[in-house]
Amino acid sequence: MSDNLVEVRNIKKWFPVQTSFVETLLSRKIDHVRAVDGVSFDIRRGEVFGLAGESGSGKTTMGRLIVRLVDPTEGHILFDGIDVATIAPGKMRELRRRMQVIFQDPTASLNPRMKVGEAIGHGLLIHGIARGEEKRQRVIEIMEKVGLTPAATLYEKYPHQLSGGQRQRAVIARALVLQPELVVADEPIAMADVSVRALLLKLMMDLKDEFDLTYLYITHDLATAKYVCDRIGIMYLGKIVEMGPLLEVYSRPLHPYTEALLAAVPVPDPRALREKALPEGEIPNPVNPPPGCRFHPRCAFAEDICKQEEPPLQHEGDGDHLVACHLYGALRR
Amino acid sequence: MDSNGVLLEVKDLQVQYETRAGIVRAVDHVDLTIERGEVVGLVGESGCGKSTLGFSILRLIRPPGEIVGGEMLFDGEDLLKKSQSEMIRIRGKRIAMIFQDPMTCLNPLQRIDDHFVETIRVHEGHVSTEEAHEWAAKLVDSLGIISSRLSDYPHQLSGGMRQRVMIGLALVLNSDLIIADEPTTSLDVIVEAQILELMKHLREEFNLTMILITHNMGIVAELADRIAVMYAGKLMEVAGTVELYDRPLHPYTQGLLRSIPTIDLERQELATMPGSPPDLIEPPPGCRFYPRCPQAMEICSRMEPPVMGKANRHQVACWLYEDAF
Repeated sequence: MSDNLVEVRNIKKWFPVQTSFVETLLSRKIDHVRAVDGVSFDIRRGEVFGLAGESGSGKTTMGRLIVRLVDPTEGHILFDGIDVATIAPGKMRELRRRMQVIFQDPTASLNPRMKVGEAIGHGLLIHGIARGEEKRQRVIEIMEKVGLTPAATLYEKYPHQLSGGQRQRAVIARALVLQPELVVADEPIAMADVSVRALLLKLMMDLKDEFDLTYLYITHDLATAKYVCDRIGIMYLGKIVEMGPLLEVYSRPLHPYTEALLAAVPVPDPRALREKALPEGEIPNPVNPPPGCRFHPRCAFAEDICKQEEPPLQHEGDGDHLVACHLYGALRR
Repeated sequence: MDSNGVLLEVKDLQVQYETRAGIVRAVDHVDLTIERGEVVGLVGESGCGKSTLGFSILRLIRPPGEIVGGEMLFDGEDLLKKSQSEMIRIRGKRIAMIFQDPMTCLNPLQRIDDHFVETIRVHEGHVSTEEAHEWAAKLVDSLGIISSRLSDYPHQLSGGMRQRVMIGLALVLNSDLIIADEPTTSLDVIVEAQILELMKHLREEFNLTMILITHNMGIVAELADRIAVMYAGKLMEVAGTVELYDRPLHPYTQGLLRSIPTIDLERQELATMPGSPPDLIEPPPGCRFYPRCPQAMEICSRMEPPVMGKANRHQVACWLYEDAF
């Protein structure tokens, strides 16, 4: 058995830009949003791998590609050795049981007309795993595990009768009742309040140990990522610009973008007057990404080579820390 | 911070929403004083009433919401006694608001400079259109917008630029008070930090008085002079920013501060707070926080704690400090 549960190899997802019919007739060229543009990484069994970046970086599309909610334009995704990108739709269903998703908005993820217990147990029906009383038993069991108690009462409730935190617990329960191996969590706590967030994170980590899970944790929030991720990949405009063990990346960021992201996190300490080296401007349009290094127009250190050649994602030394920057050697302090 | 006198005094404010399930007391007997030249952070989780309080000051509460009691003395005059037409003259001119989502607040069919011209001319009829253009051109420089972008439409600007425009619209008439409701929440981290830097700079330049409504304790730590913590429609604690972070008194504030995630690698444990905020239709008797409070006492479940301590000093609504003041 390979150490890697997921292997992503040079995956691309380009979305065509919608144009009017007349424009399509008049021009042959269709523009594409290069949401994910040549990304490779592994998710090791039993780890929490984080993908972080701002909106438009492609992190959510990457998560959707892995569970094949969108089809890739190019590249391969191996889940336990099986290529998700080319698998027949019928086979995909079996794989889907093994990989579950938790989305950001629990209210949008739950059918408002389905009782919470039914919603959690729906996957058991679809996959033909359990029905009737057995299904109910399994649902009650998982509801207790995620802290939806008293389970028998909450089973009969509709989503709108639950609090936001409880709804997200229901979504987590629904993902876990199928005993998946991989859970793709896309901003799972972004909608929750501060006091509820910490509890949800703790719950997710406890469940990971109990059920032997592997997580892909997608977030824009580097601060919460710190508490859960073993390794992290920083995405910018469809590319991974830096990847490595979380402690390593946070304590010694190699890419100027990673450094900027870390510097931008508000510090809850009125005395901390940080010296901020914020990059100029905002993330550019992914239809026509800048040539060379995609970050160069905002990078304070950019040199000529950065404008011409795209830097490959390379190992720094012989460690586990990778960076895509022409200059990291020179910038290192 | 110099004490330049009181600008706004909210006294015993009560705002409620009538719903089919019952009456939600979103702001329940809240007092708050804002002095000239200070930035007060109004923090709390969603549903705590912080935005309702902010909107109440401008009397922007719409049915089924209603301000049912209290006083709001702005420069000595009660805003609740003003007529609608008087309020229209106050809104945007004397009290301006910065909203969370700039895209829904800007007119998609209007160029940026027309937004400025309209805002200026509605309140300052004597200013000609040309002069108004000049005002706008002068202001955008301090906002970090290139003046050629003034002829753009909102959709041509990035999210950060749009929020800069919103801030500019709030500043252009030199309002006495600015209410900023989650001004950076819809922005990405780096842009958020850029806007925060801008706001820090602007508050010095224009000597702003501001109420900063946010759920983010990191943002108020950077920008606010004083912080008011709300929970379930009630004011729980008010103190100077440094004082509040150094010596939070209310168990809710303490829990809130402990459960903020940071990128500090030394801190690996994230404290948790059990439960979730109460139902405001039938709030628990006594202190609203007692069902979640690690230090709850017998009295907490029976009697509501009053706000203790002197105004403009450290104030807290908690029975633990009954003898301390």
